[in-house]
Amino acid sequence: MRTSQRPPEHPDFLWADAEPKSSYDVVIVGGGGHGLATAYYLARNHGITNVAVLEKGWLGGGNMARNTTIIRSNYLWDESAAIYEHSLKLWETLEDELDTQIMFSQRGVLNLAHNLADIREGKRRVNANQLNGLDAQWLGPDEIGKLVPILDVTDRPRYPVLGGTFQPRAGIAKHDYVAWGYARAAHALGVDIIQNAQVTGFATTGERVTAVETSRGTIGLGRLALCAAGHTADLTDRLGVRLPVQSHPLQALVSELLEQVLDTVVMSNAVHVYVSQAHKGELVMGAGVDAHIGYGQRGSFHVIEEQMAAAMELFPIFARAHVLRTWAGIVDVTPDASPIIGQLPHANAYVNCGWGTGGFKATPGIGSVYADTIAEGRPHPLAVPFGLDRFTSGRLIDEHGAAAVAH
Amino acid sequence: MLRISCPHCGERDETEFHYGAESGVAYPPDPSALSDEEWAAYLFFRANPRGWFVERWFHAAGCRRWFDLERNTVTDEIRPAEVTAR
Repeated sequence: MRTSQRPPEHPDFLWADAEPKSSYDVVIVGGGGHGLATAYYLARNHGITNVAVLEKGWLGGGNMARNTTIIRSNYLWDESAAIYEHSLKLWETLEDELDTQIMFSQRGVLNLAHNLADIREGKRRVNANQLNGLDAQWLGPDEIGKLVPILDVTDRPRYPVLGGTFQPRAGIAKHDYVAWGYARAAHALGVDIIQNAQVTGFATTGERVTAVETSRGTIGLGRLALCAAGHTADLTDRLGVRLPVQSHPLQALVSELLEQVLDTVVMSNAVHVYVSQAHKGELVMGAGVDAHIGYGQRGSFHVIEEQMAAAMELFPIFARAHVLRTWAGIVDVTPDASPIIGQLPHANAYVNCGWGTGGFKATPGIGSVYADTIAEGRPHPLAVPFGLDRFTSGRLIDEHGAAAVAH
Repeated sequence: MLRISCPHCGERDETEFHYGAESGVAYPPDPSALSDEEWAAYLFFRANPRGWFVERWFHAAGCRRWFDLERNTVTDEIRPAEVTAR
């Protein structure tokens, strides 16, 4: 297991809180990982530094602080594998790029198979991944037992482990450090980061968006870039644009700090649990989404209960662990479980949303791809397949198999 | 856990129900007459509002009937919708 050093000391100062100017070349709505990364790459790769990142709450306090930090690229379809692998490659050099520690740990991600359908789907995905040059492998129960000794690979569990896919280069990172790293680097290049600025409306002239109305005043803009994840539909409703997304609460939880017992990320789509152990020692587990749409950043307890039951079956050793806290983020899910990246009907407005339950892993990748899309005024080649037009053309990128709930 | 009032069976746990998203999306009377845009709108695009929302639920572990419910998507408060059983 390769782990990046010790946690850095908590810094005193990373970026300056900006007062909003009257206008910017690019206004990014959403100060999470995607928004901050987009701002950074706009400045770094395209020399566009007159940029504001508007955050309705505090920086990185939405889904960026609520995910389970899993990073992988083993998606089924070519289009997905290409953009997620682009992201994974950027993760591999991100600490040097941002000159900050993000605790990126390529400890490998295991996706378990519990039935014949899982085995077929998993092997198909491994084959597809290998054709795309990804480091995917199929492991049998014995190999999985050696890799993760605390996992029950006997035939005792209700859903026994029959095999699994493994991507060794996949892993986890410390989400807060990623957000702060991008914020610091973007700020150093001249980007304004404006917190507590909730967007309440838009001013438009003809087919252009000319300004955003916010809780901190009206801000003019040259180009608008939405990066608001689960809250995107609320913004596009105000622009008069409909998107095929549904916002659901997605829950996760951590245990108290425990001895290190797990140095691999283990996911199981069939029983709806995914778990890793953070550097400090807490078990980080993700659950499923609530079926209904919701914006309350909390989910139903029965979802957590099912997830715990599944975790207990797979990892009997967890029986004595205590849940420290649970929370939810609001994830925007599309009909094909793939993101929407590209232009809105307005001439100078762009959208990046629909990453559903799996946006964290895409942070560097989408930041660079979205910045390029905004700077050049046309979709980046990796973004082309993810345009809004695919729902009309029927060219969906169905990643429910690779993504499911455990994205 | 939501407590949902089925108009036929009374208040039950959320786990007895399945979710059906936006209410009032009727099957197009002549699907083959639709343009690609209209078909996409019917098939994929559903309202996703913050606040009060009329949505469909199916009482799978009870009367197995669909009904409408009005729920606040921020606070999860529930009140009966005007239209009920279909």
